[in-house]
Amino acid sequence: MATVVLPRSLVALFPAAERRCLVPGSTVAEVIDGLDARVPGIADRLLAPGPAIREHLNIFVEGERAGLATSVAPDAVVHVIPAVSGG
Amino acid sequence: MATRVLLLVGTRKGAFIAESDAGRAAWSLRGPLCEGWPVHDISVDPASGALFAAAGSPWYGPAVWRSDDLGETWTHSSSGLTYGDEGPAIPTVWNVTAAHGAVFAGVEPAGLFRSDDGGATWSQVAGLREHPSCPAWQPGNGGLILHTIVPHATDPLRMWIGISAVGTFETRDRGATWETRNRGVRADFMPDPNPEFGQCVHKLVAAAGEPETLYQQNHCGVYRSGDGGRSWTEITAGLPSQFGFPMVAHPRDPATAWVIPLNGDDRGRFMPDAAAAAWRTRDRGATWERQAAGLPQEHAFLGVLREAMAVDRLDPVGISFGSSNGELWTSPDEGSTWSQVAAHLPAIWSVEALVVEE
Repeated sequence: MATVVLPRSLVALFPAAERRCLVPGSTVAEVIDGLDARVPGIADRLLAPGPAIREHLNIFVEGERAGLATSVAPDAVVHVIPAVSGG
Repeated sequence: MATRVLLLVGTRKGAFIAESDAGRAAWSLRGPLCEGWPVHDISVDPASGALFAAAGSPWYGPAVWRSDDLGETWTHSSSGLTYGDEGPAIPTVWNVTAAHGAVFAGVEPAGLFRSDDGGATWSQVAGLREHPSCPAWQPGNGGLILHTIVPHATDPLRMWIGISAVGTFETRDRGATWETRNRGVRADFMPDPNPEFGQCVHKLVAAAGEPETLYQQNHCGVYRSGDGGRSWTEITAGLPSQFGFPMVAHPRDPATAWVIPLNGDDRGRFMPDAAAAAWRTRDRGATWERQAAGLPQEHAFLGVLREAMAVDRLDPVGISFGSSNGELWTSPDEGSTWSQVAAHLPAIWSVEALVVEE
């Protein structure tokens, strides 16, 4: 199970969400599926049509910027990080 | 019985709610709500009393938010609010309107969605984007946005919608097919100023008690229709400018409506002469009167966007507007006198008024 670290602004949208949680999946796409099974609706906040990771979100696997097809090792740490943008 | 009057304010940085009693003199304020998401519109389901907020986060995408306790707590959903994996992404929801047991959402790029479960799930009203004109729709300055939804007062099969730089459409078959409703409305910025579509409707409202009477503030003038939008008569004469965004109709008098003219589309889009005012007609647009008592009359470079004016249902009617620089103003006497509710909110994009009897 990967350890997924979510940003405060995302956790605030879902009462069932936690900042850190263990989620199954061998790719980023599968981890997002697993996250959505645990927190229904959260995939809609992370994914744009395509599907693709939303433009102003970044996902890192073990510190490396990742795409939906990126492999996720069983003990990997996956960070979801909003872009530093806005005014 | 206690009367609560709520002003539901959508801003660039969340929703706010101002609250008063029937006197509408002293106001409290709470917010930001909806986790600070940009909120384009807040409306009330007349059947359930639920509040709906049309929003879009630059990070997390579009959603319609719902509150069943007058804004104390909120949920959100965008399930089904998509053109599919092959279609364009939807960055935000511009309008949410509940009527006849359903909830409708207008989005960018322009399209209409419907929810039959109170906003939990959505499906596209596909007939609108199947209109033959759709491939030729071009965005206006604010984007290609479906910003106005006007359900027919009594017929659930009928509805009008407004799309910037495209115009007004009507359905008479619950959204299966749509027809343009722009005849008589100018599009001065087009090579042909009288096209079938391409008119830049800014706001469309229905008159009280007369389902076929509509008013609109357009990029190019103010108009009235007495035949459900099949033809429009210009009623700009008497106003200081043809340009503005919001328009509201009196909740009981079909002859009375308000607009807030701005100085022009290429002159800064401020209130004329930097003096704030609303303008009221009480004769269906034949004449207009300026209403400015209590509003700033010097150095008032205020702009008011399409959704940022509202009327309540009390007698006399209360009317409120919010400005792009975060000022919220209200009048408890149909525009005769004005006072400031809040001065330092984020940029205000929408205002709705709700009266609750407890």
